[in-house]
Amino acid sequence: METQRSALITGIRDQIPFIPGNIPFGMITGAAAVSAGVDPWLGMAMSMIMYAGAAQLAAISLMAQHAPGAIVVLTVLVVNLRMMMYSAAVAPYFRQTPRVRKWLFSYLLTDHAFALLTARFDRNDVPRHIDAYYFGVNASMWCVWQASVAVGVFAGTLVPAKWSLDFAIPLVFLSLVLPALQTRSHWAAAIVASVAAAFCTSLPMNLGLIAAAVTGVLVGIWSERKWMARDGVKI
Amino acid sequence: MDGARRGKNMSEIGGLGAWLIVVSAGLVTFAVRASFILLPPDTDVPRWLTGSLKYVAAAVLPALLTPDVLFRDAAAGDVLNVYRIIAAIVAAAFAIKTRSTIGTMLTGMAVLWILKWWGPF
Repeated sequence: METQRSALITGIRDQIPFIPGNIPFGMITGAAAVSAGVDPWLGMAMSMIMYAGAAQLAAISLMAQHAPGAIVVLTVLVVNLRMMMYSAAVAPYFRQTPRVRKWLFSYLLTDHAFALLTARFDRNDVPRHIDAYYFGVNASMWCVWQASVAVGVFAGTLVPAKWSLDFAIPLVFLSLVLPALQTRSHWAAAIVASVAAAFCTSLPMNLGLIAAAVTGVLVGIWSERKWMARDGVKI
Repeated sequence: MDGARRGKNMSEIGGLGAWLIVVSAGLVTFAVRASFILLPPDTDVPRWLTGSLKYVAAAVLPALLTPDVLFRDAAAGDVLNVYRIIAAIVAAAFAIKTRSTIGTMLTGMAVLWILKWWGPF
């Protein structure tokens, strides 16, 4: 019999596989902030206020280049826009959730939370006490993340650079995106965005990222239309 | 934190402007996350929006990771980082096959370390 407590514990247990990725990711994000010249307290506050590793790294690199604030915020928006889809995917499960809790749950929404929930939706294995489960996943993940960023911020680079721990970050992204590429159109969007990003790295102020992301989305939409028209079915 | 102790110019980004940027970035991030969760359930969401959103993650994550794999700390004189490319390809195959986060991480790091320690260059 599932109780609030057991749902909470299931949630905590479900996020354990993400810990080996999140610890280096958080430490690198914290260390990146201080080595880019960001005040340590601001670096830590950034992690609490944004709670989004990829966007934090993008913001840090832009702020170090003294990019205009509008560019920083626009880049953060583009990097985080994917979470709007996550928000849409999880929203139906929180219809009965009290309003204040919805605010908290929104703040805690991450790629990992989305990946876990959709895996459970697909298996038809959603805990009945979804609020407790969600809180278990995300509160524990939040603690791991903030602690890792704090270690990175205040201890700097404890780990020698030759260990290449920063390679953990693209690996985390790989493990998130590949299982989500479910149609040919998704693959088209991903491959085009990847190639475009490789060719746009010389654009100033990381604008290559925005250009690549927009190109990828457009190719996804376009290829869906094209293939749908040709096959006459939903792909 | 004590800026002087960390050396001159170490903490140059920390003024009011920087805090404002961070708070704005936080608000934007929150708005994106809260969008559908806080929306009343019977709201009509335009089709084009949901139709494009499904490709955002598929495009943004590869756009973020590709430069990190291809160009980050490439060996002196090299433009591309061959070891990282090989490790990423193996990790990608593993991710597609198993969908395991932890496995993808460990595979990618292990391949990179093996290549760096025992690789030809």
